[in-house]
Formats: sequence, C-alpha cells, structure tokens
Amino acid sequence: MQLARVEGTVVATVKSRGLEGVRFLIVQPLDKHRQPQGDKLVAADGVHMAGPGELVYFVSSREAAEALPVRFVPVDHAIVGIVDDVQVNQ
Amino acid sequence: MKIGVVSGNVVSTINFPFFDSKKLMVCDYVNPDGSTSGYTIAVDRVGAGVGEIVLIMDEGNSARQMFGLDTGPIRAVIVGIVDAADFGVAEVG
Repeated sequence: MQLARVEGTVVATVKSRGLEGVRFLIVQPLDKHRQPQGDKLVAADGVHMAGPGELVYFVSSREAAEALPVRFVPVDHAIVGIVDDVQVNQ
Repeated sequence: MKIGVVSGNVVSTINFPFFDSKKLMVCDYVNPDGSTSGYTIAVDRVGAGVGEIVLIMDEGNSARQMFGLDTGPIRAVIVGIVDAADFGVAEVG
C-alpha cells in the first residue's frame, strides 16, 4: 500500500457493470515523507468517506477490487484508509 | 518476498473494516547493496518495530490466507524479522 493525497473527484455515468455507486477520486501518490511521487491516478474510494485534501492510503492491483461491494470489478487502485498520522524516521 | 526495513508507522481511524486494530508499518525496500529504494505500507503480523529488518510478503491470496479471510483488500504483510541476510556483496542485519 502507498500513501496518497486526494486531489479531486471523477464523475462517470457510463461505467462497467458492478461499479454503480462507486466513487472515484484523483489521487497523487506520495513518498513516505508525504512528497509527491509519480503520476496522478484514479482510485476507487473503498471507505466512502475520502475527499479532496485528505491523506489516504491505497491498495493496488487485484486487491483493489476487494475493497468494493462487488468483488469482480475492473478496478486497479482503491483507497482503503484515511490517514490520521504518519511517523517515519529522518 | 522482499527484504525491507521498518521506518515508521501509519495511524488511521477511518478505514476498510479489515484494518481495524491492525498495525500498519511503513517499510523501505532494501537493495542487495544495502541501500533502500521505494516503500510500502504493510500489515505487521510478527510484532516488528521501527529500525528492524523484515521480510515482506506482497501477494493478496497469501495475505488473505494468513488472516483466514476469503475476501479483503490486503496485500503486503510483514511475515518475519530478519536476523541476517547475506547478499554476497553486503551484509544487512
């Protein structure tokens, strides 16, 4: 799992079956010091509560779909937690 | 599996139910030369602390099996604490 900052929302009416009601957010992956790292991507919101500005952690690949109500859906990144605090060395 | 070094932890209240009462650690991946590059947030299964060299398993089915689950958005798990690892070029631990 990686840290990310939620930067925006995505609205899509026509979606693959099983994705009804799933929120999509634009996230900027971060390094462990909370600095931007890599390209922005779209992640499904597995906690239903994440919003722009929030620090979150997300899971990638097949496991992302496991965070959603329908398990076999075409999703490769999903937010699974909102971060209260990160403590790292250096 | 990969070798990593625990560099910190993540605290989260609002999360997917699986992560309730799970310990999340920030782990840097260790290269064969002893340097680190990249990181992951892993669920701790062995009681690892900050600064320890650990074994990280990053695969969903194995992770779910460890926790006795059929479903769950979990992938990276700390499965061991490394006493010593000999890469042939540098020694870690």
